[in-house]
Amino acid sequence: MALDDAFEAREFKVVGTRPIRPDGIDKVTGRARFGADASASGMLHGAILRSPHPHARITSIDTSRAESHPSVKAIVTRDDFAKELSGEDWNVLENVMAGERVLYDGHAVAAIAATSVLAAKEALALIDVVYDPLPFVTDVDEAMRPDAPVVREGVADESVPEGMNPNVVRYHENGHGDVDIGFAKADLVIEKTFKTEAAHQGYIEPHACLAQLGADGNGELWCCTQGHFVAARICARLLGIDASQLRVTASEIGGGFGGKTTVFIEPVALALSRKSNRPVKIVMSREEVFRATGPTSSASMDVKIGMRKDGRITAAEGEFRLQGGAFPNAPMEFAAMAAFAPYDLEHVRSRGWDVLCNRPKQAAYRAPGSPMGAFAVESVIDELCNKLGLDPIEVRIQNGSKEGSRAAFGPRFKRIGLIETLEAARAHPHYRAPLKPGQGRGLSCGFWFNHSGETSVTLSLSYDGTVSLAVGTPDIGGSRASMCQMAAEELGIPFDRVRTTIADTGSLGYNDVSHGSRVTYASGLATIKAARDTIQKCCARAAEEWGIDPEAVVWEDGCARPSGHNAGDFEPMSLAEIAANMGDTGGPISGHFEATPTGAGVSFATHIVDAEVDRETGAAKVTRYTVVQDAGKAIHPSYVEGQFQGGAVQGIGWALNEEYVYGDDGRLQNAGFLDYRIPVASDLPFIDTVIVEVPNPGHPYGVRGVGETSICPPLAAIANAVSNAAGVRMTHLPMSPPRLLKAMQEAGIG
Amino acid sequence: MVEVVLWASLRRLADDRESVEVDAETVKDVLKGLVEQYPALRPHLLDRGVSVSVDGQMVISGWNEKISANSEVVLLQRIKGG
Repeated sequence: MALDDAFEAREFKVVGTRPIRPDGIDKVTGRARFGADASASGMLHGAILRSPHPHARITSIDTSRAESHPSVKAIVTRDDFAKELSGEDWNVLENVMAGERVLYDGHAVAAIAATSVLAAKEALALIDVVYDPLPFVTDVDEAMRPDAPVVREGVADESVPEGMNPNVVRYHENGHGDVDIGFAKADLVIEKTFKTEAAHQGYIEPHACLAQLGADGNGELWCCTQGHFVAARICARLLGIDASQLRVTASEIGGGFGGKTTVFIEPVALALSRKSNRPVKIVMSREEVFRATGPTSSASMDVKIGMRKDGRITAAEGEFRLQGGAFPNAPMEFAAMAAFAPYDLEHVRSRGWDVLCNRPKQAAYRAPGSPMGAFAVESVIDELCNKLGLDPIEVRIQNGSKEGSRAAFGPRFKRIGLIETLEAARAHPHYRAPLKPGQGRGLSCGFWFNHSGETSVTLSLSYDGTVSLAVGTPDIGGSRASMCQMAAEELGIPFDRVRTTIADTGSLGYNDVSHGSRVTYASGLATIKAARDTIQKCCARAAEEWGIDPEAVVWEDGCARPSGHNAGDFEPMSLAEIAANMGDTGGPISGHFEATPTGAGVSFATHIVDAEVDRETGAAKVTRYTVVQDAGKAIHPSYVEGQFQGGAVQGIGWALNEEYVYGDDGRLQNAGFLDYRIPVASDLPFIDTVIVEVPNPGHPYGVRGVGETSICPPLAAIANAVSNAAGVRMTHLPMSPPRLLKAMQEAGIG
Repeated sequence: MVEVVLWASLRRLADDRESVEVDAETVKDVLKGLVEQYPALRPHLLDRGVSVSVDGQMVISGWNEKISANSEVVLLQRIKGG
């Protein structure tokens, strides 16, 4: 962490206020341009043929009948993409377009570009594919059995112990101490097995793109993505072209939540464009989004925790088995690392297993892995508290991690705010509010690491003194407003004098994806640095004008001023005055920052949930919800609250209803919002929020990422509330009415 | 010398040692030093990549980050997000 990245307490004028978001009018008037809103002269429409089998060898693909369709201009298969790829590049390509085998229901096999959407879809039926069906497996526990069908041979890395099914491809273990010693000291030990089903991010905007790629390798791509620089890099590799020859522009984005951090249709559209020499647009249907993009992993977990009668946890142990579809990298290590992070434990051990199944390649979903792990751990803690007659907040405060605590995943924490969130939750009226008959209350803590990543920003002055800020991280949560606020704060000018745009890949240095709750931290830090660079240049212009040393000039309230009487007696020179004359005083003025910051601060949250259960139908309803989370410093409190509420809402869906349902034929049964039920407004209570601000020592304003931590506690908090309302411990999510009814009936309740 | 703590499943590739001492002034030195002592760590440390916690601060991509002899250095799986 560079010294000037360090947190420094200060009074803010713009940061911490709630200005109207600059993209708001565009979005409510329809002026904002999303992925599907682009078009080009001569544009073709792409459609993708997808596998009806969960696992099959592709014996042959005959495109001759489709080629004779008068509206078809190009057809691509795997042969039209780069060869000799390896590692994750190969995985992405194999997912984008199948090679020798299809690995899941919905896997892409071929694609067509035609003069209309209808013609493209019609011509798909003219592609003759001969499949040789193979055995398949879609459940994580079944896939680990010795006799389970093998999804892919030779994928496992060196971490996997010998003798495992080849579907087990990675193993992780962390922890410290000796859990056997710890369990021997406990007055009560509880061990349970938990399952969570795969959930989709549920973004409202399906994937869409418009691609143009010439035979010379020069291309343009417009797409809805969380990271257009990464999209450019991946697409270039998959197409075998130079990354700098492909300019990618990020559209407005109708939700991503991690699911748009990779590519699905973009390389296909580029390949079709290259072959047809025409622009090609592809827009996924909702069914395609479900079948062929990345939901989160499903999980199977065993957690064992020992506790003394006074509430002290003596030992904790967990096994976290996650399937990530037919490809490696299910986030099992993050489940294992994050699950016990809220607690300061002497004896702790976590093991993670990454398992292949015949399902779509998982993609990130807000704090990947952490919500599942928290569900298992926090459920066991709740049960321990119930059985020992202990207050769940007091127990968590007693055991909670604080500055200097050794995290279960290894390091000692710097300054963190878990205890502060628990104390704020304890003080909230919700925690002591009486429950109605049939209702239950649940509590959970949650943790996420937060990320930084490569970041570039350019801040430019206009002649009228307004400011243009170019960032490379797509705005997925109101970040343009936050960036404007931070730039205005530093420059000492009003918020509305700054406009932030998301620059294309040809206009700015490389930027990592908008993921890992990194944007307000990393692009924010870069914005502050770029503004300070600009100020330095403005001060130099004023110094030259006044004929004094640049070090004798300070920047206050948007003006250059002599630093004191000894520096000279000059009227302050405003940003607008300096900008108006910049052409004659040395040329344009811009500030830059490019770096990979290293000071991202971890984040904790505590959620309180009330729920009630209909004992006749098994339907559960959340009746009250409070989110308490450490934001470090809330730049725009409304958007921080929005992130808190959004995480809670997605958690409610994941906990109560959302799941990928596979039939005995290995095919997805509910590829649409009618059968895959995300919560709507009538399902939800008002979600109250409390922003705790314990500054991140690695950011000048103390900012911590807030976008992911909010989805870590909900699964457990809701499960605890529903379990306490129903009188039976719910260990399998979602707690859909049939599953909850069955659990109550088996427990003799109802 | 800097003491580097390995996560548990990585220790199998380093003679079951919980921590390894390396001569390092930067994060890059740490990774290179570990691979020199235990070549089996190369795929995980250099090919697939890791995060490194230095005094509680997670260095996700920062090979030039400075480390002092009394720094707490812990290897972590490469942190990503959603």
